[in-house]
Amino acid sequence: MRSPEQQEIINAVLTAHKELILNSEELYDITSIELSKENLIPFVEDLKTNHGFGFLTDLTVVHYPDNSGRELCGSYLIHNWMKNVRLRLKVYISIEDNHLPSLTPLFRTSNWLEREAFDNFGIIYDNHPDLRRILNMDEMDYHPLLKQYALEDETRKDKDDTFFGR
Amino acid sequence: MSDVKKKENHHLVSEDTIDGEIATLNLGPTHPATHGVFQNVLKIDGEKILSAEPTIGYIHRAFEKLAERRPFNQITTITDRLNYCSSPINNIGWQLTVEKLAGIEVPKKVDYMRVIIMELARVADHLVCNSVIGVDTGALTGFTYMFQERERIYDLFEEVCGARLTTNIGRIGGFERDFSPKFYKKLDEFLEGFPARFAEFDSLLTRNRIFMDRVIGAGPITPEDAIDYGFTGPNLRAAGVDYDVRVMNPYCSYEDFEFDVPIGKDGDTYDRYMVRMEEIRESLRIIHQAIDKMPEGLHHADVPDFFLPEKEDVYTSMEALIYHFKIVMGETKIPEGEVYFAVEGGNGELGYHLISDGGRTPYRLHFRRPCFIYYQAYPEMIKGSLISDAILTLSSLNVIAGELDA
Amino acid sequence: MGEIEKSMVEMKEAPEGYEGRGFFATKLDSVIGMARSNSLWPLPFATSCCGIEFMATASTNYDLARFGMERMSFSPRQADLLMVMGTIAKKMGPVLKQVYDQMAEPKWVLSVGACASSGGIFDTYSVLQGIDNVIPVDVYVPGCPPRPEQILEGVMKIQELAKSESLRRRNSDEYKRMLEGYNIEVSK
Repeated sequence: MRSPEQQEIINAVLTAHKELILNSEELYDITSIELSKENLIPFVEDLKTNHGFGFLTDLTVVHYPDNSGRELCGSYLIHNWMKNVRLRLKVYISIEDNHLPSLTPLFRTSNWLEREAFDNFGIIYDNHPDLRRILNMDEMDYHPLLKQYALEDETRKDKDDTFFGR
Repeated sequence: MSDVKKKENHHLVSEDTIDGEIATLNLGPTHPATHGVFQNVLKIDGEKILSAEPTIGYIHRAFEKLAERRPFNQITTITDRLNYCSSPINNIGWQLTVEKLAGIEVPKKVDYMRVIIMELARVADHLVCNSVIGVDTGALTGFTYMFQERERIYDLFEEVCGARLTTNIGRIGGFERDFSPKFYKKLDEFLEGFPARFAEFDSLLTRNRIFMDRVIGAGPITPEDAIDYGFTGPNLRAAGVDYDVRVMNPYCSYEDFEFDVPIGKDGDTYDRYMVRMEEIRESLRIIHQAIDKMPEGLHHADVPDFFLPEKEDVYTSMEALIYHFKIVMGETKIPEGEVYFAVEGGNGELGYHLISDGGRTPYRLHFRRPCFIYYQAYPEMIKGSLISDAILTLSSLNVIAGELDA
Repeated sequence: MGEIEKSMVEMKEAPEGYEGRGFFATKLDSVIGMARSNSLWPLPFATSCCGIEFMATASTNYDLARFGMERMSFSPRQADLLMVMGTIAKKMGPVLKQVYDQMAEPKWVLSVGACASSGGIFDTYSVLQGIDNVIPVDVYVPGCPPRPEQILEGVMKIQELAKSESLRRRNSDEYKRMLEGYNIEVSK
């Protein structure tokens, strides 16, 4: 249940940047705002300085292979502790032009989160101080969490698919 | 929390290099002091650390990709292996996420049962961390005492779900059976005997002159840095910021319980140790309240779509058989949607970001793992300190490799 | 007094031999086997959840020290038994091989847990499906995680292997061929 104060903050954010917001929706109890990648940094900076959103909770990527032109969605979750308001920001980019601006100058926590997103999805974060693989082996040449790649190791020869029901 | 006069820069040696030579030391991934597999390549001058470069991923098990293949009730077994020292909290967090997605309301009794299990898991996790801080300073006795207590907590978990460590406890919608009277008896025995034994462990380390001299001032972090790096949990509370998910966004009827949130002052190893000690005491308080106020009711919600029916009904009634078939084969109707749910894990805010497209498996499941986020700050915390302090800082951060790599 | 002592203390069987006044003659193999099996120094290579069960095994309830493994050796040069506990990812495989190479003969390997034995529940691109892809294993302990009693049974099986091993086994051609099968260099 959202209190009037919390709704006020969300309304303030939605009206102050009406021109930057592409669209917004309510996902259960969190308001989600879609932006374009050029407006991401100014929007987040303004949220941090003027609206009290001082904590970046989470940064992740979702792959929608069927939306052409908007395959990858960078998803950010930002939290205002004083009034307990969470906001989700989404930026859609296409798989050919997979660049996103890095949030490291604003929140140092996004350093490794963006490295993980690069490792798993191949998104290149501009201005990231140290963008390289973090969880997988350095020699890996593909980005495994994209939907076209299988879960199992493709190079195994000892598993017989007939017995494993694949 | 430390009232011993802290000498200025007690743990940082002077700025001049000893002989002008900078050596490279590799700490890990197999090392007795790193509890878990992660590697740090340190540049040291004598024993003073100039910089550290961490490498992780030595136990990357691809949970997020694996979760896209498993039906919703089988993902509980994966969440077990995230922070395996307190696996019930991960399990119950996942079940709460699915319940939020599907709009399931559980009875109050289930909430109180879950609170008892989660707080027991929190006690177990903090016991490991604090004993291991003791071990890294050379004090092995506390470790042997407190692992005995962990065995008693394992006994309690075994009574409920049959497993000791990776529990897979509960179901979506509640628990598979009510707590037996034997469980309550064992719990009462545990709660009666634990404070005295815990006080014994406390007396070994907390006001021990050698221990205090070693850990006070080791690996400090300021509150602003901690918030910037995304710290949550006991590490953040040791730095002085009282953010606790159970208080800010209460779930599972935590608002019915009265408990304090201990915070520290300097954010160093002693404060992290003390915050965990106090949190153990607070958890015991919560468990007492939950037992006293345990309401009557059913031990699960009435959701035949997610909760397996009783076996007698499956053999006799057609409806129950169909529900059983659909749940086991993963054919239940899961609503579409995108939900984020956070619980207060042993290390901080453990978040589940679940995107469902109506299929039998999640479309995308992302874990917001606190260990992964705060371990980034480790090179910053040990810059300029001695190697032995770096080891202590590492063990006081309670980095669990399963949660780090996922 | 005598009955209490007899019931609580079990005397280890001496190996077969010829006993006389002031001397005991037996095979060198048996004596060395008995000494080795009761004083193994383990190297706990604990990576994940099975490592916590190992810590419980080494603690007071299921004491590992009564099997002679009081002193954990974290240095491979001084260890006899490599206990691999937990999931080994492909990134960790070379590290495991290096640790195995650094150990001196005779050495035994105990694979604890489903993940170390066969990849466990993690049939994914990043997990090594069993450590026997990189190093030879002597005893497998299944379980996820195995109960401390199961880990102790695995240790006891290693003790039986150590007791009955021939002294010439590590230099035999068959052993060398097996090591070559794992691409482990055999030093002369």
